[in-house]
Amino acid sequence: MDRLRIQRGHIPYLSEFFHSIKLDRLRMQRIRELAIEKALFLCALVSVLTTIGIVLVLIFETLSFFEEVPILEFLTGTTWAPTYRPQHFGVLPLINGTIMIAAGAAVIAIPLGIASSVYLSEYASAKVRQTVKPVLEILAGIPTVVYGYFAISFITPLIREFIPDANIFNAASASIVVGIMILPMVSSLSEDAMRSVPRSLREGAYALGSTRFDVSTKIVVPAALSGILASFVLAISRAVGETMAVTLAAGATPKMTLNFFESIQTMTAYIVQVSLGDTPHGSIEYQTIFAVGMVLFIMTLLMNIVSMWIKERYREVYS
Amino acid sequence: MTEAIHTTNLNAWYGKTHALKNIDMTVENNKITAIIGPSGCGKSTFIRCLNRMNDLIDGFSTEGEILIRGKDIKDTDPVALRKKIGMVFQKPNPFPKSIYENIAYGPRIHGINKRELDSIVESSLKKAALWNEVKDRLNDNAMELSGGQQQRLCIARALAVGPEIILFDEPCSALDPISASKIEDLMIDLKEKYTIVIVTHNMQQAARVSDSTAFFLMGEMIEFGDTKQIFKKPREKSTEDYITGRFG
Ligand SMILES: Nc1ncnc2c1ncn2[C@@H]1O[C@H](COP(=O)(O)OP(=O)(O)OP(=O)(O)O)[C@@H](O)[C@H]1O
Ligand SMILES: [Mg+2]
Repeated sequence: MDRLRIQRGHIPYLSEFFHSIKLDRLRMQRIRELAIEKALFLCALVSVLTTIGIVLVLIFETLSFFEEVPILEFLTGTTWAPTYRPQHFGVLPLINGTIMIAAGAAVIAIPLGIASSVYLSEYASAKVRQTVKPVLEILAGIPTVVYGYFAISFITPLIREFIPDANIFNAASASIVVGIMILPMVSSLSEDAMRSVPRSLREGAYALGSTRFDVSTKIVVPAALSGILASFVLAISRAVGETMAVTLAAGATPKMTLNFFESIQTMTAYIVQVSLGDTPHGSIEYQTIFAVGMVLFIMTLLMNIVSMWIKERYREVYS
Repeated sequence: MTEAIHTTNLNAWYGKTHALKNIDMTVENNKITAIIGPSGCGKSTFIRCLNRMNDLIDGFSTEGEILIRGKDIKDTDPVALRKKIGMVFQKPNPFPKSIYENIAYGPRIHGINKRELDSIVESSLKKAALWNEVKDRLNDNAMELSGGQQQRLCIARALAVGPEIILFDEPCSALDPISASKIEDLMIDLKEKYTIVIVTHNMQQAARVSDSTAFFLMGEMIEFGDTKQIFKKPREKSTEDYITGRFG
């Protein structure tokens, strides 16, 4: 009897104990959730603040650069020679070089990217797709300096095999390697866009006696057009921002040219050159990189905006 | 010849799932043949065998024979076969293009001359009883049509390539009753020129529109016969249970 009473006596106590544990756990959980939320917010804040900081530095340095160099000379000059006497601050050769590389890369990556994404999405078996897709994504993660070495040790010799006059540093080699570099991005993003076209549309088209090619080109690609175009723009903006491989393959000769077998210089390659060189900080030569960086920033920003606009504008509402 | 479709010992598998078992069935020309049965019994699988739609599915295989107008479909190119056998799906699936382009798509891929397209579009929309509703907005996106209009557009789209047989897979199940009855009327009109097979969950619909009815259960065809007979005097107990709604 006694034991029983003791046990009974324990019961309310125990349940209270468990109850308080439960409460504690709930409270702990709430605190933890709150902590996680705050931590995530802080992370977001850090990246936003960093971005704002970078943009502010860019703006201030650019403004102080334009106090010394007229903006018109910068934007319209066709000679870029900030480190020689007499100094020239015409950014056009760098923009020209950048556009050459981006255009060349696009000419390679867009057709190949579209073809491979159509293949992956419409022709390949599930098995092939499941092996190729991750490989594409790994390709996209290879450090760009590796691509650069690939360009000078393989692509450039190959080009010079056919065109012996080609400079050892040339835009063609850089374009090709950047094209290869952005190809996985185009094909992977385009494939995602095509895969998200509902199966029912394909079935509807097949039921009318379409071939696979009809379905791919007349139904799937048009329906996925917004995603495909957006992938082009993103890939091109990546090509514009590409630095290491271009520096290695195309050299450092700012030049107004359309000859792909000459050495050129892109904006990013110039920025690297000055950042690594012995140009004194604070000098006007040094500040050029901020002005050039600003041009680059505006170009990529515009392209990202265009890509978002395309996505909205050409979104085909299916179902 | 009065036989449009004839299957002998038709078996079908999705991987290891045995979806159709020894189906022997005859569909007659210019008749509406209904296929009824509980969910998962293989109705869609059956009609998707007829136009080799299931060939597109990984791991799908068939055994047995399907004759379309006396010709084994295994000897026919699937693209040519599907031109001859149209299909309308459960959920309206117009292409995200204009109304005109939806209809013109089929004739165009089959190489029809550009000058003939306008008249094909018009006559197909008329046959599908949609012309009057859309004739002033042919360039509008088909997605802006109502569900019932979209489904009639899909029927017009199928008619535009000039099929002989049309397969309907629950064409009204996503539609309101008025749109559904429009499509039923349409099917009855169409049977003058086309042979129709329709899968439906709606007993009244099967009884109203069809000439023959097949009852499927777990991949087997339990009973097949004249629609009146099936609904009035089913031979099999399970058919009766299903028709009267006593079925699980
Ligand atoms: N793509 C597929 N892959 C694997 N199994 C499938 C596939 N499609 C259907 N099945 C299976 O085959 C059997 C028959 O399916 P089917 O779609 O023909 O049924 P149904 O009679 O049309 O049903 P419902 O009335 O629900 O449309 C089911 O067991 C189903 O799970
Ligand atoms: Mg079905």
